[in-house]
Amino acid sequence: MLRRLATIALHTFKESVRERVLYNLIVFALLLIGAAILFGSISVGIEQVILVNLGLSSISVFGLLMAIFIGIGLVSKEIERRTIYNILSKPVSRPEFLLGKYFGLLLTLVVNTAIMTGGFYLALLYQKRRLDWGDLVALEAVYFILLQLALVVGLALLFSCISTPVLSAVFTLAVYVIGNFLSDIRWFGQETHSPWVERFTGVLYYLLPNFSNFNVITRVAHGVSIPGYLLWSNTLYALLYVSILLAGAILIFEEREFR
Amino acid sequence: MLAVETRDLTKDYLLGFWRKRPRRALDQVNLQVEAGQVFGLLGPNGAGKTTTLKVLFRLVFPTSGTARILGKELDDIALRFRVGYLPENPYFYDHLTAGEFLNYAAALFGLSASERRLRTSQWLERLSLQDTVGLPLRKFSKGMTQRLGIAQALINDPEIIFLDEPMSGLDPVGRREVRDLILELKRAGKTIFFSTHILSDAETLCDQVAILNRGRLQGCGELGKILGMSVAATEMVLEEPSAELLRQLESFGCARVRTGDLVRVEIPPEAEVAAVLKVAVQGGVKIVSLNPVKMSLEDYFLSQVAPDPEPAGNGRAPLSSG
Amino acid sequence: MRAGNQRRQARYAVWGLLLASVAGVYLVQTAREQHAARLGEVSEVLYIPSGRVLRYISLGNEGLMADLYWTRAVQYFGRKRLARAVRFDLLAPLLSLTTELDPLLLVAYRYGAVFLAEKYPGGAGQPEAALQLLRRGIVANPNEWRLWVDLGFIYYWDLKDYASAARVFRVGSECPAAKLWVRTLAASVAAKGGELETSRLLWSEIYRQADTEQIRHSAQEHLFALTAQEEINRLNDLLEAYARQFGRRADSLSDLLAAGLLKVVPRDPSGVAYRVGEDGWACLAPESKVDMRLLQ
Repeated sequence: MLRRLATIALHTFKESVRERVLYNLIVFALLLIGAAILFGSISVGIEQVILVNLGLSSISVFGLLMAIFIGIGLVSKEIERRTIYNILSKPVSRPEFLLGKYFGLLLTLVVNTAIMTGGFYLALLYQKRRLDWGDLVALEAVYFILLQLALVVGLALLFSCISTPVLSAVFTLAVYVIGNFLSDIRWFGQETHSPWVERFTGVLYYLLPNFSNFNVITRVAHGVSIPGYLLWSNTLYALLYVSILLAGAILIFEEREFR
Repeated sequence: MLAVETRDLTKDYLLGFWRKRPRRALDQVNLQVEAGQVFGLLGPNGAGKTTTLKVLFRLVFPTSGTARILGKELDDIALRFRVGYLPENPYFYDHLTAGEFLNYAAALFGLSASERRLRTSQWLERLSLQDTVGLPLRKFSKGMTQRLGIAQALINDPEIIFLDEPMSGLDPVGRREVRDLILELKRAGKTIFFSTHILSDAETLCDQVAILNRGRLQGCGELGKILGMSVAATEMVLEEPSAELLRQLESFGCARVRTGDLVRVEIPPEAEVAAVLKVAVQGGVKIVSLNPVKMSLEDYFLSQVAPDPEPAGNGRAPLSSG
Repeated sequence: MRAGNQRRQARYAVWGLLLASVAGVYLVQTAREQHAARLGEVSEVLYIPSGRVLRYISLGNEGLMADLYWTRAVQYFGRKRLARAVRFDLLAPLLSLTTELDPLLLVAYRYGAVFLAEKYPGGAGQPEAALQLLRRGIVANPNEWRLWVDLGFIYYWDLKDYASAARVFRVGSECPAAKLWVRTLAASVAAKGGELETSRLLWSEIYRQADTEQIRHSAQEHLFALTAQEEINRLNDLLEAYARQFGRRADSLSDLLAAGLLKVVPRDPSGVAYRVGEDGWACLAPESKVDMRLLQ
């Protein structure tokens, strides 16, 4: 079963890699990171800070774009083009198919993020003339970015099973944006002192994925290290939430008919 | 053991957004396909042929009724190792080459790398696609795609092959090749189940046929028996018959068609062929040919697929119990 | 063929339209800019005055947003200073937004406070706003002793509040990583705040700690001014002594030389000789590069 999963995952990876848009995005990201070196010169005192901020933010934003852009078509494209008939008529169960697609895209994102991170460190090396152990703290931020991407791909996959690519993109983006300030939403709900609104925002707070815990770029830019418990709790949270998303996708997909 | 068996297979599609109205795509369909045969599922467009295949491959789920392939339940994943499927109007992955695609298909069966390479080249050659190993699929013509689809259906050397409109998009050479392939597979002991609305293909290939119309089975049985059971007329071709002779023949109830110098006279079943022949011989006309006219599959088909919808029942009873 | 000609003509027409439009767009844009420049200063408005809203928009990239706003603040300040402006209305809000987005951006507090506190034409002349900024910075970065020093400096130099300055310097000296000289400074200010000697101590430390050319240069200017002031004071003492000795005021420093009170005419830190002004007291020569206004 794992072999089949790997086959589908590798196939998805190959398909993503041959997507020309991906190259454009990566090139653009690398250019931006390179340009960050110049940005410091039009300001005062923030050469390194802005390189780290811009570099890591670029990796995050472009990773997000890739995750959404490819993720929304993961399933719906196969259904629309009816290539899914070929797959499901082979000894491949529907869950295997979904998981294979998910991990294929995740692999693509990991590889792309690695490339962009490499570019980032090159830029940092160029600016600082030498790197030291303290610069590795940026990898913690990259790790959290990857966890976020794993969540976003899960969301995109789930929506891809339910609706069209365009709607999936809208929903995924909406959940991502809302997920970034869930604490404020809950606080807002509490401030209104209306029990229904409070309950609603409370439910929303636990239901939707909380992305704000993964935002450590600013801290890392100032060289502040991430506390250990945050690493563990975020990893665990991401694992659990992705399981929820994948399980949901599998359940929905089991009932899906292909007219 | 039957290769494919369906019992009272029914499929309702729910249409509409708010109030769902059911559209019956399959209505109590009973099929029995013997192993080692070529079985043709015929019917006009929209009859439910593709739906039947989709049900068999769990792409849609039946509303009621059961189906089995090789005696196994449809959700048995192990079953898939033994079957192959060519969907209607197949579409594959643009970004892959033919070789990569077949390799992918073979990999899903868990075949080893060397085995995959072997079978890929084997089937590409068998379907006259050996030059396309490195060609990206987006550059394939419709005919090439169709043949590649057949290749991927056979890559695992299945016991049963399900083909949905296998001849679609093929030129006469391609059609001949696929026809020969099907016969070859049959000789190798495989079962072939294909759906089509092109009757001439079915006529030449099938051992058994079933006719589906508006989701209902309207005729089913061995081809030979279906066509043989029709009462035959006789066709006599005369060269330049005289008008007098023609009048005489008319009295027998013969219909005639003139084609240049030749007149094709159809002697109805009720008439005595010998008597008509005697008249023609006595008339001194040149008799070009004398042939029994079997009912064609087309005729049978059209007789089953009546233009006005039948409200009740299962349609006409099968002519032979198979 | 006529059809071919027609097509060619049509193509030329479209090209002509394209080029004419490009030229037109350029002209319109430059005209607009000139018109705006004639109108004077564009109204200064922060379209998004709320740090909270900016935080939402950043979606986890507040650090980058803070960097952008800091850059904007720097450019705003630079532009205003070049134009010799008196009002720097947006400076404090911009700095406030910057630090709200990234409370750890020390550079914004430190330089921002300098921009705010410096009097015309060097800065915004808003020392109170500078104090507020630094206080917020201290809340977010309690162990950052440099912020305490910056705070103390503003009390000392811009507000002439020596008691508060001494207090702040002392608290700063108690921070974990604080340098030793902060304690010395605290003591000096407490004892002799306002004295040139103390000020020189302060500016010397700033010069030594400076991590950019701009700060170093500024500190040097201040030190020059202090040195010049000290030397002028000394010269004035000598002029008084001359007046007492000879019963009249000296006309120039050469009189002092002749009287033997001076061995050589001293030069100010910019290398220009001092002279006696019309009021009879020592002063800088007009061509001197030392800026005494820094001492106000």
